[in-house]
Amino acid sequence: MKLTLKVWRQQDPTSPGKFVTYEARDIIPEMSFLEMLDEVNEGLLARGEEPIAFDSDCREGICGTCSMVINGLPHGGQKATTACQLHMRLFTDGETITIEPWRARAFPVVRDLVVDRSAFDRIIQAGGFVSVFTGGTPDANLIPIGKPDADLAMDAAQCIGCGACVAACKNASAMLFVAAKVSHLGILPQGRVEKDRRVLRMVQAMDKEGFGSCTVTGSCEAVCPKEISLRFIARMNRDYSVSLLKGGE
Amino acid sequence: MNTSNSRCNSSLGKKYVMAITGLALFGFVIGHMVGNLQIFLGKEVLNAYGAFLKSKPLLLWGARLGLLATVSFHVWAAIRLTQENRAARPVRYAVTKPIGASYASRTMLMSGLIVASFIVYHLLHFTMGGLDPELLTFLDEAGRHDVYRMVVVGFSTLRVSIFYLVGMALLCMHLSHGVSALFQSLGLKTGVFGGWIDGFAKISAIVIFAGNCSIPMAVMCGFLK
Ligand code: HEM
Ligand code: FES
Repeated sequence: MKLTLKVWRQQDPTSPGKFVTYEARDIIPEMSFLEMLDEVNEGLLARGEEPIAFDSDCREGICGTCSMVINGLPHGGQKATTACQLHMRLFTDGETITIEPWRARAFPVVRDLVVDRSAFDRIIQAGGFVSVFTGGTPDANLIPIGKPDADLAMDAAQCIGCGACVAACKNASAMLFVAAKVSHLGILPQGRVEKDRRVLRMVQAMDKEGFGSCTVTGSCEAVCPKEISLRFIARMNRDYSVSLLKGGE
Repeated sequence: MNTSNSRCNSSLGKKYVMAITGLALFGFVIGHMVGNLQIFLGKEVLNAYGAFLKSKPLLLWGARLGLLATVSFHVWAAIRLTQENRAARPVRYAVTKPIGASYASRTMLMSGLIVASFIVYHLLHFTMGGLDPELLTFLDEAGRHDVYRMVVVGFSTLRVSIFYLVGMALLCMHLSHGVSALFQSLGLKTGVFGGWIDGFAKISAIVIFAGNCSIPMAVMCGFLK
């Protein structure tokens, strides 16, 4: 396959970036999107040019590190798929592909397609944990958890924190991410103890980072590689109001 | 803990304001429509209804001021949220595809602002008589304000009727998304009812459109005269 890539190049957080056009030749349809970029970078290196910087780690759709907007869609828009799991067979020979970084005030560009997502880490630090005494490993199933609760918590726990929800949202809102974390912990008995405080603190941290709010368009859900449901946002809205009514922490 | 004031000013707090005021306005729109549909029961019924409303000035002004406050809060929250949402993405994408997002959901501010200008026009038209002062001077045989004639004469101008249809189309677009979003914002859309709520929002938007538009349409067709 032969492709034309329009890639966002930006030297560092402060310098202005621009789109640069590259030709990608000899691309095999079985390649993943990131392998295609590796191929392009090999070519750039051979010519003594700077390779395109992009994030990746596991390359099997579980770590949430890869992050790029491909033709206007985070992770390329294939249902339940991360960019690293996207294959070139989905594109047509001769196609022009535009590749941009996540765009959000809370996710500043570090370089090219790499953005700084530590805002998510700070939201987690604000409450996305369960306080326990560490020690010996507790016995499995010491605390019984009903199947419906376990399933629901696992659906929320699927979130890999990639930030595609923010990237897709017209408001750059992190509601789906925060809702997934709040629900995942709040549904389980171990996390229920800190439920009220957690939701207040995590929402406060989310606002402080400068993410937008939710207009319920559903874009986040549509692009989420882990198919986190909008229902978790409703759940978080309820948890938050219940917590406010109880007087907070 | 922080003051509850700052909590209510959070992104979620403002969404509650949006949702609660939106729900109240939705309720008003339904009541307003049902009241006005009495025009199909004839002049006597409609004029008696109008006289009844006017006979309770305390209630009438309470409702008017309440509505004004509700709309103000709704618009205040809408504008604040929109500002924050725009600030959250200072650099725009070169290519965007609105995946999963309906047209109505992406244009809530625009549909809302057009509805606001429609409301101003509507109040000028039938409440304050700013467009045609004569409309408010009609009296029926019983000496009451002739609401029936006011409506018929008011909608006899094609331009005016068309503007009402456009206003209603935008209101109903706003509500087709807004009514389901409000359940989401209030955290009530978690269970199996999710699909029902979306359906309810669409159906109620269509009913409101059809109900309200039936009046200018009936006048234009000569059914009401
Ligand atoms: C007067 C001018 C109006 C403006 C400027 C306006 C604006 C908006 C905006 C921007 C939103 C979306 C907020 C967001 O989620 O980001 C919204 C939501 C909504 N609006 Fe309006 N609107 C107006 C009038 C109305 C009226 C007259 C009604 C009802 C009859 C209404 C009912 C709703 C409802 C139910 C929602 C959904 C609330 C939610 O998302 O939780 N609006 N409005
Ligand atoms: S690199 Fe780990 S999810 Fe894509």
